[in-house]
Amino acid sequence: MIDETDPEFWPTLWANVGEATLETLYQVSVTMLLTALIGLAVGVLLVVTDRGGMLEAPFGSRAFGRGLNWVLQVVVNLGRSIPFIILMIALIPFTRWIVGTAFSVTAAIVPLAIAAIPFFARIVEIALREVPAGLMEAGSSIGATKWQLVSKVLIPEAGPALVLGLTTTAVSVVNFSAIVGVIGGGGLGDLAIRYGHQRYSTPYIIVVVVVLVVIVTLIQAAGNRMAMRMRGGGPARTR
Amino acid sequence: MIELAGVSKTFASRSGAVRALDDVSLTVERGQIYGVIGRSGAGKSTLIRTVNMLEAPDSGTITVDGVDMTSLGEEELRVARQRIGMVFQHFNLLNSRTVRGNVEFALEVYGVAKAERARRSAEILELVGLTEKADARIAELSGGQKQRVGIARALAGNPSVLLSDEATSALDPDTTEEILGLLRSLRDELGLTILLITHEMDVVKSLCDAAALMRDGRVVEHGLLTDLVMRPESELSDGLFPLGELPEGRDTTVIEITFVGLASQEPVITRLARTHELDVSLLGAAIETLGGKQTGRTRLELPGSPAAITAAVEDLRAQGLSVRVVREAS
Repeated sequence: MIDETDPEFWPTLWANVGEATLETLYQVSVTMLLTALIGLAVGVLLVVTDRGGMLEAPFGSRAFGRGLNWVLQVVVNLGRSIPFIILMIALIPFTRWIVGTAFSVTAAIVPLAIAAIPFFARIVEIALREVPAGLMEAGSSIGATKWQLVSKVLIPEAGPALVLGLTTTAVSVVNFSAIVGVIGGGGLGDLAIRYGHQRYSTPYIIVVVVVLVVIVTLIQAAGNRMAMRMRGGGPARTR
Repeated sequence: MIELAGVSKTFASRSGAVRALDDVSLTVERGQIYGVIGRSGAGKSTLIRTVNMLEAPDSGTITVDGVDMTSLGEEELRVARQRIGMVFQHFNLLNSRTVRGNVEFALEVYGVAKAERARRSAEILELVGLTEKADARIAELSGGQKQRVGIARALAGNPSVLLSDEATSALDPDTTEEILGLLRSLRDELGLTILLITHEMDVVKSLCDAAALMRDGRVVEHGLLTDLVMRPESELSDGLFPLGELPEGRDTTVIEITFVGLASQEPVITRLARTHELDVSLLGAAIETLGGKQTGRTRLELPGSPAAITAAVEDLRAQGLSVRVVREAS
């Protein structure tokens, strides 16, 4: 039990919350960076290796395309179906192998990214499938390469949906990052557990909740704004 | 310029194989505007997509500007496609880019340097009359303006051939006229060869030099419009000159006379009356400009003895007129 009347209580709380917030932001940022890159790549692969996709037969082998697509589907489904808390614990040996320890602010990024990548990859897949086939056909008629079709047509045209999907993923990652507190992953979740739960300090719980709400709100607002601009609500861009 | 020889294509579908193209042969001369008309499902769409190999045929050859498209590898095909512009019914523009950005997209694909891209895109947008809309977003444009962007993009590679896939089918009549006018002027100014598909006879009538009629994957008839109208039994010619239904309930012979160039028309009716002593009545007439030539068709009712009518028809044919007996008196 913490003495909340102690004059040092609030300054300590703010210092702790500040540190934990930075840890959470660091975890979420690095996780989102990895997720955006890898999830986008996996999502694109899911679409282009599908039947009728432009890479349905990579290296001239239809069987390879089918196989690759099947493996990716299974991996994405697996990643999405395992509850995060179980995934996190199951990954402890893997995390230790990668980072050297399984219990640190940085180590927590491994399970976070592994949970977020399939989640985002599925959202990417859905967003890319919404891009009209006619646009790809127009690109092909110009003589675009497969890479140009992906980078200049598929991804930019799905832009607003991808940004909103990334936003949803980021909010989930903020959520998950609180759970890693259970295994000493640092951040706001850790703080809430150590002070709020184990030492029954209600102010800690309240402040952590408020900070989390603010972070989520800011992420969502930024995502909405960016998607809106891309849809043409904002000033026109030349490119 | 464009030559299809014995092109066939079959699609597998749930209800069995669909033969979209059945031994299609077609020649489009340099600088010609060639229209392929047919109902939906006739195979037009597949046909036009074989020209730039968006749809690879099962058999047959496709030659564009001397290049056998079916023999090309992936890389060579990409290069060949740069010389074949294509415009689409639903425009297929990139909403993520501005008008200029859509033209520059094509230039980026062709590997044009940045400064040159800006110069070229400005030039092309001027050509299609969109200079003022260069920085507009696609969503802000009208249908006609969108199709102009589509045309601008198709022109980015300095193509020798333009393929038009129902380019005006999503547009209202006035805008259609505007876009057809643009296509015509591009042919005249740039010497483009244009192959278009449409289900609208008006497009063929007002724009094309030559046309082909497709049904069930086959080319049923084809030729220059001015030749087609002179073929008495041509289905295309019926579409080009819709004179309406024949009058019911009268047992008389009805003929249609078609002529290219209006001068030949004048003496026909009086001559029939005078030389053959037939009381000609005029049931209908139309004048159209087809393939740049004034062309007319008159429908006449000829009461009289079969012998006199036969003699009259032969006389007209001897004058080089195209005569079709639409109905014979019993």
